[in-house]
Amino acid sequence: MDKLIELRDVRKVYSTGRLEVQALRGLDLEVGRNEYVAIVGPSGSGKSTLMNILGCLDTPSSGSYTLSGEAVAGLDRNRLAEIRNRHIGFVFQSFNLLPYATALENVELPLLFAGVSAKERRERAAAMLDRVELGDRMEHKPTELSGGQMQRVAIARALVNRPTILLADEPTGNLDSASGKAIVSLFEELHAAGQTIVLITHDSGIAKLASRVVRVQDGQIVEDVRAAA
Amino acid sequence: MKTLLAELRLVLRLFQADVTHNRKRIALTVIAIGWGTLSIVMLLSFGEGLRQSFHVNTRGMGVGIAVVWPGATTRAWAGLPAGRPIQFTDEDAELIAARIPEIDGVSREYATRRGVSVGEKTVNARVRGVDASFGAMRNITPQPGGRFLNERDLQEKRRVVVLGDELAQDLFGSQDVVGRTVQIQQSTFTVVGVAVPKTMMGMYSGPDKGQATIPATTYKSMWTDHRMSNLIYRPVSPELGDQAKAQLYRILGGRYRFDPADERALGVWDTRRNQQITDNIGLGIQMFLGLIGALTLFVGGMGVANIMYAVVQERTREIGLKMALGAKARQVMAPFVVEALMMTAMGGLLGTFVGLVIITAIGLVPVTDDALAFLGKPTFSLPIAAATALILGSVGTLAGFFPARRAAAIQPAVSLRYE
Repeated sequence: MDKLIELRDVRKVYSTGRLEVQALRGLDLEVGRNEYVAIVGPSGSGKSTLMNILGCLDTPSSGSYTLSGEAVAGLDRNRLAEIRNRHIGFVFQSFNLLPYATALENVELPLLFAGVSAKERRERAAAMLDRVELGDRMEHKPTELSGGQMQRVAIARALVNRPTILLADEPTGNLDSASGKAIVSLFEELHAAGQTIVLITHDSGIAKLASRVVRVQDGQIVEDVRAAA
Repeated sequence: MKTLLAELRLVLRLFQADVTHNRKRIALTVIAIGWGTLSIVMLLSFGEGLRQSFHVNTRGMGVGIAVVWPGATTRAWAGLPAGRPIQFTDEDAELIAARIPEIDGVSREYATRRGVSVGEKTVNARVRGVDASFGAMRNITPQPGGRFLNERDLQEKRRVVVLGDELAQDLFGSQDVVGRTVQIQQSTFTVVGVAVPKTMMGMYSGPDKGQATIPATTYKSMWTDHRMSNLIYRPVSPELGDQAKAQLYRILGGRYRFDPADERALGVWDTRRNQQITDNIGLGIQMFLGLIGALTLFVGGMGVANIMYAVVQERTREIGLKMALGAKARQVMAPFVVEALMMTAMGGLLGTFVGLVIITAIGLVPVTDDALAFLGKPTFSLPIAAATALILGSVGTLAGFFPARRAAAIQPAVSLRYE
């Protein structure tokens, strides 16, 4: 199996004054191509820290992280930005869309930072909005969209630069159950089409749909279950 | 390059979106900067106007000239006691012109107060008898259609007169009086010129506008017992002023037997010094006003910096998001710098434009009051505009740059959590 993510003995220590908090205590994790992994755990378990490190939004205090064959630890900020741009597609619980930009412009953003030409940006962003069935909402601002639609714009944005991994942090957390279900089934479609997905959630119902469930507690992996194929 | 352009276009697009989103905030910032610019433009323009008026007005009496009047000796010299009064003669003027190469112009000035009449109307005015070079040295310019006294007037002792503008107005109720006649001491004089109005910051025996000027030779034939009031001379160049003065003391000292070091044997008013002082005062005023303006602008700049800081704070999440999506530090910072620059540019243009309108409007108002005339016309100069633009530009860049750099330095994981 092609290893996309390889964490070795990753530790993360936050120090607030004299107090040191060990968010991750020597964690090992491997994720292969086209896996659909759900990371679950109670709040304070360290799953958010894990997500930040997987997404290169934060760096481990010690240990090694290899993403798609590239050692990530010790890279500078701009290099990390490039890696995020090329490899990671983020989906957040609170959508994080730019409120003053249209759906299309929001989806174009990662391509803009990648230096893609205006014409190609527009085409790819439009195609991706079509893919999430929002082809008729391209010129709408986020405030003119429903929660489910906003999250689909965010997913289109996450996928537009063809990331190695789709990294979703509680993607259904702010949605009603119907919209949540639509998002989840969209994830299944994407997985079926070959997309590697890492999903962070505390909703066991959603986690069950993943092909693998990793349970985190006290900064360590306490359970790693692969569903029978 | 292509990406930079594309980036710029998005930055502009985002800025435009921001404008519609935050109209009030941006309007206030632009007005603040506009106000600062207006202040500096107005202050410096008035300063420039005042400086120019200083420059012109100090030269109202003449440029670089010296006025000499007879004094009395204060030391015994060559067997003669102290306290002898000195008395100028016509030969002195010739001698000075001939013997002092550092001096290129000399004029005698005889003067008395007499009634000058036109018909029934009489004005008691200072009547002075001078040489032809007096007009140029003392900056007495004839109005169009007239002339100053010339050499032939002096040779032929003509009964001609040049009137000060106020005197002409008082006598005739008009300044267009070349060719008309006035009576001085029962003698008829033809008006050959009326002086152009001017403001004088320095003067002796009253302003030129109220005086009647006639040839020195004519004067002497009318009032034979009169003594010369003073001599006017002009050095070849301002640098030679001190040498010219020393020569004057040496030549006249030899002639009248006084010690050339006896300063008070002659009274000498060297106007170069006054002009230097007033030029320095003018420059000082302008620097002072410039400083006030710069401080005003600085306060405006602080306002922009403050607002930009708040904006960056408010958009910390957005910055985190952009970084998560792969924005590099400069891609995050550029929009803020552009925004600050745009706001300062718009404010700067606004302030400059309003300033120009006000200055032009003031320029159109006719000035009748002496104090206002002295204040001069506010003058907008290119260096002022350039300096203002430069200060504004740097204030704008800094105001956008520092908060943005701070925001870009935060870990995206942290800024994304920011509420």
